[in-house]
Formats: sequence, C-alpha cells, structure tokens
Amino acid sequence: MTEITAPHPSGLTLPAIVLSADGEDAWGPLTPCDDPFALDPDEIARRVLDAGIVGLGGAAFPSAVKLGGARKAGVHTLIINGGECEPYLSCDDRQMRDDAAQIVDGIVLMLRATGAGTARVGIEDNKPEAIAAMRAAAAVQPAVQVCPVPARYPMGSEKQLIGVLTGIEMPADGRPADIGVVVHNVGTARAVRAAVVEGKPLIARLVTLNGNCMKAPGNIEVRLGTLAEAVIAFAGGLKGEGVGLARRVLGGPMMGQQMPHWRVPVVKGTSGILALDADEVAAQAPDPCIRCGSCVQACPAGLLPLEMSARIRNDALAEAVDIGLKDCIACGCCAFVCPSRIPLVQYFVHAKGELAAQERARLRTDATRKLAEQKRERVERDKREKAEAAARRKAEREAREAAARPAATPAEGVSA
Amino acid sequence: MNPLALTDTPVASPHAHGGGSVGRTMRRVQLALVPATLFGFWLYGWPAFFLWSATIAACLGWEALCLRLAGARAVRATLWDGSAALTGWLLAMTLPPWAPWWIAVVGGFVAIVIGKQVFGGLGQNVFNPAMVARVALLVSFPVPMTTWVQPLSVMHAAAPDLLEGLRIFLGLHPVPDAITSATLLGHAKTELARGVDLFAVMGQGGDLVSWTGLRPGSLGESSTLLLAGGGLFLLLGGLISWQVPVAVLAGLAVPAGIAHAIDPGHYLAPEVHLLSGAAMLGAFFIATDYVSSPNTRAGQLIFGFAIGVLAWIIRSFGGYPEGVGFSVLLMNAMTPIIDRYVKPRILGRDRRGRPLDIPAREAS
Repeated sequence: MTEITAPHPSGLTLPAIVLSADGEDAWGPLTPCDDPFALDPDEIARRVLDAGIVGLGGAAFPSAVKLGGARKAGVHTLIINGGECEPYLSCDDRQMRDDAAQIVDGIVLMLRATGAGTARVGIEDNKPEAIAAMRAAAAVQPAVQVCPVPARYPMGSEKQLIGVLTGIEMPADGRPADIGVVVHNVGTARAVRAAVVEGKPLIARLVTLNGNCMKAPGNIEVRLGTLAEAVIAFAGGLKGEGVGLARRVLGGPMMGQQMPHWRVPVVKGTSGILALDADEVAAQAPDPCIRCGSCVQACPAGLLPLEMSARIRNDALAEAVDIGLKDCIACGCCAFVCPSRIPLVQYFVHAKGELAAQERARLRTDATRKLAEQKRERVERDKREKAEAAARRKAEREAREAAARPAATPAEGVSA
Repeated sequence: MNPLALTDTPVASPHAHGGGSVGRTMRRVQLALVPATLFGFWLYGWPAFFLWSATIAACLGWEALCLRLAGARAVRATLWDGSAALTGWLLAMTLPPWAPWWIAVVGGFVAIVIGKQVFGGLGQNVFNPAMVARVALLVSFPVPMTTWVQPLSVMHAAAPDLLEGLRIFLGLHPVPDAITSATLLGHAKTELARGVDLFAVMGQGGDLVSWTGLRPGSLGESSTLLLAGGGLFLLLGGLISWQVPVAVLAGLAVPAGIAHAIDPGHYLAPEVHLLSGAAMLGAFFIATDYVSSPNTRAGQLIFGFAIGVLAWIIRSFGGYPEGVGFSVLLMNAMTPIIDRYVKPRILGRDRRGRPLDIPAREAS
C-alpha cells in the first residue's frame, strides 16, 4: 500500500496498491464463453460485473447495475453513445473505426442483457469513417441501427443525445429508464464483449493524448493505473521537455480536470491526457460581465449562466438554485463563449459543492436534533414511568391499607 | 496542505476558450460605425470631425478620471477596453454635426460619469450611457442641440475649411443662418402645431426624406443604407441578434402605417419614420446595447417593439420631434422586469420550472 495523487483537481492523495510487472504480459487462466449469445441475461450482467466494467464515457457508473436496472425497468431502446463531442478527444472515434465488429457484438450482448428490442448508435456526422465502419459491422444485425447525429457540442451528453435520437425531452427529475431507454458508451460495449466472450476483465482503456505540447498526439491503449507520466513518456514525451506547458488536463478540454502534476494514474474514466500550451488555454483575468447574453444563447440546458453567476457571487445560492443551478450539466459552453472570460463553470461547481456541504451540515444537525429529542423523550418517559410506578405503588399501598380496614367507607368512588 | 496550491491556481473546466473578448466586441461595433461616420464627415465637414474626436476624447478622459478615483487597479486595461470610446462615438453620432466643443465635454461627463460609472462601471449601468447624455443635453441645451445644418459636402464651395471648421467647433464663429435648416420631423411637428396639415408640409419638405442620407440631421444618423449595412455586419458577425433591430423598426413602422392609413394629413408615413431621426442608428446600435437590453431573444423582441412604439408615440404626440432616445431610456428601465419574467425554458422542465411529465410509454 502506498499513497498516490488522485486523478482529481484537488491533488489529494488516496491509498493505492502498486503492482510490479513480471514483464511476461501474459494472461492468467481465462474463462471464455463458446456461445455467448445464448447466455442468460443475468449471466451476462454477472460477467460484466466480474470484469469490473464501468461506463467508459467518463462518468464511470457500474455497467452491470445499469444493465440489470434497465431490464427491471423494461427499456425498449438501447442507445449507444458514439457522440464523442469534446474537441481533442478521439478515442471513441478510433475504436469505432478499428473495432466496429467487436463493438457491435458487445451491443448485441447488451441488448440481450437489457431486454431492449433495438439499439441506436448515435455517431456525430463529422466522423464519416466511424459511421461507415459501424454501418458495415451492424449490417448483419437488424436490431442495431447506426444513426448520424449533428456534430454539435455537447452531443455526447446523455440528455442531448436521447433528445436527438428519440425526440423525447428527458424530464428534469427523470432518468433514461423512465422513458424506456438506457445509454451506454461504445467503449463500454467493446469491454462488455471482451468480458463476456473472452472472459477478460477491464484492465485497459483507450486514451487520447493531445494538446500542443504533446510530441506525438494520438490514441493509445493504456493499462489502468499507469501513471500519466509513463504514458506520455511512452508516447514520446512533451515538446521541448515541457517548456511552454500551461495546463495538464485529464479528460477533454471542455469538461476535463486540471492536474497538479503528471504522476496521476489513468483510471477507468480517463478519456484523455492533454498537455495544453498558453495559446490553447487562453487564460487571462476576467473582465466585468457586459451582459451580452452569449452564455444564455450557448447554454444547451436553457439556463441563464450570467444571472446564476451573479447570484452565486452575492452568496444567494438558494436563488441560483431557483433559476436552475441544479440543471447545469457543467458542459462549459457558457464559459467558452464568454467574451469577458468569466470562469462561469467554476462558479457553478463551487456553488454545487457549497450546497452539498450545506446539505451535509443540515443532515448532521437534523440527526443531532433528532438524537437530542429522543433523549428528551426518553428522559420524560423515564420520569413519567417513575411517577406512574410511584402512583401505582401508592395506590396499591392504599388498597392494602383499605383492605386492612374493611369498616371504612367502601362506596366512596362509585357514589354516582 | 493542498499540493495544488503550491503549483497552480485551481481552475475549473473548460480549458479552452472561443477567443472572444470585450475589447474585440467593442472594436467590431466601432468598425461597423465607420462607414456612416465617414459619410457624416463628408456631409457636414470639418466641424463634424472635430466634434466626433472631442466627444470620444471627453468620454475617455472622464472614464480615466473615474477609474483613478475609484482606484481601479487596471486603469489602462479598462480604459482601452473600447467601451468608453464606443459610448463617445455613439453619442457623437447623435449630436448636431456643428455643435460646439462644450457639448462634447458635458455630454461625455453625463454619459460616462452619470450614465455609467456611478452605477459601478462597465456592465453595471441600467441606462444606455450615450442616450442618457443625448437626452440630458437635449433637455438642458435645446438651442445648440437643435441647430441643424444643411448637408454641404466637403467639396462644396460654401463648406467650411479646416480653420473655419475649427472656429465653428470652438464656438468662435456662429453657425451662419443661411445654412441652418430643420429636420423633417421637426419641420412637420412645427407645421402641424400651426395647424398646417402634412400634405402641405410634405410638399415643401419632401427632400428632407432621403435613403441616401442627404438631409439635415445628426452627425451619424442620416444614411440609412450605411447604418443598416453596419448593422448587417454586426448581425452576420454574431454580435447582435436580429430580434432587437427588427422589433424596433417594426414597432415604429406598424403604428405609423396604421395611423397614416387612417389620417395621412396628420400622421407621417411609415417610411418617413424609418428614414428619419435616430430610427436606424437606434435600432442597430443603441437598442442592441448588451448591458441595458434583455438577455433572451423573446425579451429582446418585446423590448425592441416597445421602443419602436414608444418612439412613434413621442414623435406623433409628444413635445419633441424625435423620440428614439427617450423610448430607449424608458425601455432600459423596463429591462430588469423583462428579464425577470421572460426566461428561457430549462431543458426537461416546463415554463414554470416544474419537471416535465414522464411521457406515457407505448407497450413494446
């Protein structure tokens, strides 16, 4: 056990185990499946669970849970997210071009596991090779349709993709299963196939290396846990030994996270490693908001980013929530177009964190108050019980005394 | 200790930017004003050029003073963001072309100090600073603010040369009576007040309406085509949306058209309204001011249309021949209310902010 920097902008450390390679790069005993397409849906989900597969689009939600949940909810459509829309990232595109057949096999397995009748693969129309490859591979599978979608950020966002592919606008408090769909990423489909057909656990993923400071940008299959440092070194390092490097990012430029250094591991949700120079980052001190409304026009969720940030600046978090803070998907469109370069997403992330902290504090006070109330009730109950016991004893004593004096007035309490 | 604090400032996504900036926006609006401005110089000669320069200089000067007094750390960066210069430019466009120097200085003071900096500077003002100044000047100094000159191109023999122009600008040389004139809106207003109907007025003053801009009027308001062209440049560049200008022009033309159809003797034709006064400049450059206009497209339609209607009402029934400045200010005051009630619909919610109903599922 050792401590390692978490792949998170906080730069905090986490406990980690260190594996030392024996250099053989050989698989242990695997449990391949001869007839995977005849497997029981629960068996597919179990294999996916055993393989440790999570959503490879970035959110890293356990895939087996999603497959089982979809089956229970009775979904009719499986949506496969090939709408990788962040600039710079191309790992999904690459996988669709290179491993279309495997992805389609994975989709068929997922259809079986979810019980959905059809699968729609949404691919942005700026990826013609991926569309062609996936169409060719899906030709033999009538249940799998390849659907080009407009290349407009944030198309890879679940709500946006569902809206384009099904025409249904997801209710704000709903989940895809409520409208009968479930969404999985193309990389996840490929991992599902490897797990079910070959019995291989998820130990690697495709990662995009990009940014002006990267000597050899491209996509590379990386074993999970490999330090970004090692990946970059393997891919030829940084230009000029990192001179001019302005920002290290894990993920894409729109929603990725800044890293304090490169000694952070690639995890299941790591889609990209970006070494950005000053021109790309274009960071500079923000100017005052000129209320141009660019952010309002750019927001895919129909929010008023400038109004929300103004309220957050004034610590009026409740008002920010009233005008939609919780509907923000942190896609970064507003901050991207802001001519004043106001870090709007930073405001929203901060406010959401603040709200979560307040919520935790509230729960804690509630719990404390409840405990105090319970204690008060207990004390009162004890007191009451003691008093009642005393009264009972007194009554018994009086009854005994009364019994001892039978000549006393017996009809006292029943005179009426 | 957060190790990030040692290496970098924490920065949230996105890690890329579209490249826009406040300065760039302001410069592009100024670029769009160039043709109409140059035409104004050509039309009204050297005094107009001096007035334009002085108004911008006055605005920059007052802005610099306010920033210094406010202790703004980046006086230089803020001063040159182009916003004060743009305010001065727009104000100059609305001034009588041969107005004297002190109009520029007082106008700059009202625009920058009273119209903008007392509210907290860039982005904080409730009213359009240029319109605040224009209206304050008009109300305070009606004579110099309504002394219009006939368009005399710089090539014309009677046009003042450089020195003569400077003297007019400095107020050393009164504007010769021979070349003063009235704008059509002013002329119509006086004649109507005297009981003369518009059929007679239009006969004498028909040449005061002009597509090309060869008419007496403010420095930069006369050429409809050049202003609309500049506006088109802003539209195509994505700096303004079509909603505000179209709504302003519609708000002016629709009631004008109805009234003119009913009583042409008392109400000017819609095209006269569109081609006169500050209609074009107001629609494309003044009402579209980001800071003092609503944020949503729907709000902008309401805002713009109301400006047009109010301008028509003031022109037709008010005491002043021209009403765009007043109506812009009135609607600026309404902007927070419009923004309060006209909001975009949040994805997945209805207009009231409640989550959408989960659609019924067809049996599959």
